[in-house]
Amino acid sequence: MVELAREAVKRYPGKVYRGAKEIRGSLMIVDGVEDAGYDEVVRILGKDGKERFGRVLETSEGHAVVQILGDREGLETDTLVKFTGTTFKIRVSEDVLGRMFNGRFEPIDGLPPVVAGEEREISGEPMNPVARVYPYQFIQTGISVIDGMFSLIRGQKLPIFSVSGLPHNRVAAQLARQATVRGEGESFAVVFAGIGLRNTEAEFFIEQFRETGALERLVAILNLANDPAVERLMTPRIALTVAEYLAFDLGMHVLVIMSDMTNYCEALREISTARGEIPGRLGYPGYMYSDLATIYERAGIVKGKNGSITLFPILTMPGGDLRHPIPDLTGYITEGQIFLSRELSAQGIYPPVNVLPSLSRLMKSGIGKGKTREDHRYVADQLYDAYSRGVKARDLARIIGEVGLSKRMRNFLKFAEEFERKFVNQGFYENRSIEETLDLAWQVLSILPEEELVRIPKRLIEKYHPKYRRG
Amino acid sequence: MSSERVGSIISISGPVVSAKGIPDIKIGEVVYVGEERLLGEVVRVARDHFVVQVYEDTGGVRPEEPVYASGKLLVAELGPGLMSSVFDGVQRPLNVILEKTGPFIRRGVKVNALPRDKKWEFKPTVKVGDKVSPGDVIGTVQETSMIEHRIMVPPGISGVVKEIHEGNFTVEDTVAVIETASGQVELNMIQEWPVRRPRPFAERLTSEVPLIIGQRVIDTFFPVAKGGAAAIPGGFGTGKTVTLHKVAMYSDSQVVIYIGCGERGNEIAEMLKEFPELIDPKSGKSIMERSIIIANTSNMPVSAREASIYMGITMAEYYRDQGYHVTLIADSTSRWAEALREISGRLGEMPVERGYPAYLPDRIAEFYERGGRVRALGSPEREGSVTVLGAVSPPGGDFNEPVTIHTLRFVGTMWALDPELAYRRHFPAINWLRSFSQYAEIVERWWVKNVAEDFPRYRAKALRLLTVSSEIEAIASVVGESALPDDQRLILLAAEILKEGFLRQTALTGVDVFCPPLKQYWLLKLMIDFFDRAYDLITRRVSVEEIVNLPEVYEMMRVKEDERDLDAVKELYQRVMAKLDSIAKRHGVVLEQTPMSG
Repeated sequence: MVELAREAVKRYPGKVYRGAKEIRGSLMIVDGVEDAGYDEVVRILGKDGKERFGRVLETSEGHAVVQILGDREGLETDTLVKFTGTTFKIRVSEDVLGRMFNGRFEPIDGLPPVVAGEEREISGEPMNPVARVYPYQFIQTGISVIDGMFSLIRGQKLPIFSVSGLPHNRVAAQLARQATVRGEGESFAVVFAGIGLRNTEAEFFIEQFRETGALERLVAILNLANDPAVERLMTPRIALTVAEYLAFDLGMHVLVIMSDMTNYCEALREISTARGEIPGRLGYPGYMYSDLATIYERAGIVKGKNGSITLFPILTMPGGDLRHPIPDLTGYITEGQIFLSRELSAQGIYPPVNVLPSLSRLMKSGIGKGKTREDHRYVADQLYDAYSRGVKARDLARIIGEVGLSKRMRNFLKFAEEFERKFVNQGFYENRSIEETLDLAWQVLSILPEEELVRIPKRLIEKYHPKYRRG
Repeated sequence: MSSERVGSIISISGPVVSAKGIPDIKIGEVVYVGEERLLGEVVRVARDHFVVQVYEDTGGVRPEEPVYASGKLLVAELGPGLMSSVFDGVQRPLNVILEKTGPFIRRGVKVNALPRDKKWEFKPTVKVGDKVSPGDVIGTVQETSMIEHRIMVPPGISGVVKEIHEGNFTVEDTVAVIETASGQVELNMIQEWPVRRPRPFAERLTSEVPLIIGQRVIDTFFPVAKGGAAAIPGGFGTGKTVTLHKVAMYSDSQVVIYIGCGERGNEIAEMLKEFPELIDPKSGKSIMERSIIIANTSNMPVSAREASIYMGITMAEYYRDQGYHVTLIADSTSRWAEALREISGRLGEMPVERGYPAYLPDRIAEFYERGGRVRALGSPEREGSVTVLGAVSPPGGDFNEPVTIHTLRFVGTMWALDPELAYRRHFPAINWLRSFSQYAEIVERWWVKNVAEDFPRYRAKALRLLTVSSEIEAIASVVGESALPDDQRLILLAAEILKEGFLRQTALTGVDVFCPPLKQYWLLKLMIDFFDRAYDLITRRVSVEEIVNLPEVYEMMRVKEDERDLDAVKELYQRVMAKLDSIAKRHGVVLEQTPMSG
């Protein structure tokens, strides 16, 4: 037990409030407050001697609603409340590289906190759309299905839509390990935001980086499953503030991986409910779209700066339902999505990417002649088209039997199976160049009669089709 | 205002701020909130306080900070200098903000919509002594190489021209003096207009001419008339934005105003990269010369998103009044509706469907009703139009939700996007069974007059084929295609040719980016005449296998992309007909010369 009056003088110069009117859930209501700012950071000292942080959610004359961050057990109404006068800021400098922090940006790697550097608000400022450079550089991930069919472009935000139990973290780790822009030796960094992750998941990521010796290029912001849920709202914003510093101040190419954004959205709902806001779909707040946008839109490239932020968020679709508000709203903001499928995973296919609903919106600007290869776009289109027909044939075969299919449909069915087994499927440590990927695509496409390749110009068929290449 | 009207903040909740201390504050009045003077608009007044919707981030703003009243409504600045600009939702030019605050937008920035230092060459079109009234053109300015800006007498002013000046002026310089009944009025080149109020016109005209977009599925099957309204609903990844970009780039509009409302920043970056490079074939100039972009992306303040729609439509009306055919594109109206919802929620209003306020349908109707083809006020006589195209982003891609439902009540055309088509990379993923166009019949007259007399028959036949084939497909999915009778298999084949060879149009480059109406007609004619003749053969016991395996079938699917353009289509037409004739001959069948095959 501490003597609050004495602590007040010792710790908090200036005006301090003593006593909350009410503590309800993670919210604390303080009366008699004169000038709390909206979104301002609050320090709360309980009689147990523990200091907690909070943020002002609502302020009016003589009244403030504070959201308590961190654990609130042991708090009584008789507490010290200090309004700090600033919104939530973190210090950023080169020293953050190779470090690990929690969702309040306190070090969890046993090293001292970052003291040097500039203070930045974690909410960031909106990037001026006219200052953006339209992303155009192909990132080779070495994963065929991604490079071939929904290429990742530097500065893009491309999420994985997954389901609990699927290897989305492995895909992200493989991507982080293999991703390169070819012909460049520029400095890069990875910022990892673990949001409500289980300990083993977080350890898996760290271990992956240790294995490749990339640990000194990593900044990890970890909010684990047993950490306070409200800090999940800050974790991705801290990660992006660090990323913006590395990208736009130090000129690094930063890959930001966030896992799992579903936990973020759950935390958002929890707080919205506690505040008594009018809920939107399934209880998620009506502003979830805008809120997610303030995170995802921080990816990009800025005119006159060397670096870039590429965002690779992971979310698990509750119940595997892609119409659930979390994947739905995310898909409206991000530049494409990569779906993982339980069916493919069950068949032992890794990465189990469900190709048809997956998409990369920026692909077209980063592929083609001089960037990847001239046939890339057409081959990707043709793969989609043929695979969708193959999937349709497979559905049909379930009803009328494979023998009931026309010869044409049987061809597509065969194609679909080969495509999944040879093209989509690959090893966790297998790193395929884009040429290997495209040649593999041609190999699979050559199962089909040549005249079925209507999406590829004749000129390219004659140049790349295995039939012509062999002789 | 002689004495400054200043109040103070009572409370803050996100973009909604309550304040007190200005008894004569008006609904809709612009106020500046807090020490940083953030831009806001009064949305509610009570005897002892008022509520402000703030258009910038309110983090760190405190109770008791001042609120300054401006005495003005939320207005758009109208005049030379709008064209080719990129504005945020409250009409601040983003390029100027970039110069002032760098790549990230700081709040509290104050900039004028129109440049004040730029001089424009003003050429009078009236003389001293002429009588003028609202809407009369008093002079012109070459705003960009493509747009002659017509300076009009603002609403509410009529009288005799006392002075008129020729030469180079800034927008604030006086170019004319009008002697009115209540004294002399000096006119410069800026007009202000409250964005929430429609601009007046002389008379509404009916829409008869189609907006030609160069996308076959739209122009041929689901057209929108100039001055009409269309909605394009679809889940994410179905291609709303891509389709609307194509309209912005290739349609035959004279002016395009594109509102990026709560959407992606990179999409705006893409437009800014592509528009200046894209040359309008008629004028040989960059299409940026006829475009205005409003960019209030999803990470910019929500409340400004609400205003952006009104800013855009007010500018559209202003160019319409000058006598231009304007296309206004709002991408996406759902984000605008969500902004309404968020503000409504913070105001504590009673929600109805899915949290949206009860006035949502009114707001949607008001917006689309500001479109239309009109005779403008004043002389010389001018006709202009505003075509309104709105993207709708229904949650989960399910059209059964308030924004889609209410939007469909107020538009004449719907381009229904279909995820199944998108998954197959059939773009534009416009579903031909669910889409509709109430303008189709009206604009058919234009096609008959300008393209081909028998166009309506081909169009009707093609639509019928597509409908029938979808029914057959349902049967085929149970019994298998090979179990179908020959005539049904031919219908499936013809529909496949139409889908692949006509409806699908994904080209980013090459000839198929823009398909002119005459080529659309010839492609349709090719496919329908092929079907009619082949059908004739089949009814005379020729096996469908002989037709399915013709190499020309695949050619019909690809001829749209042939570099020789229309010639290639005509040439293929001759070959297809000759091929069918030779099959007929082989089987000793005499084909009737159908009237359509001529």
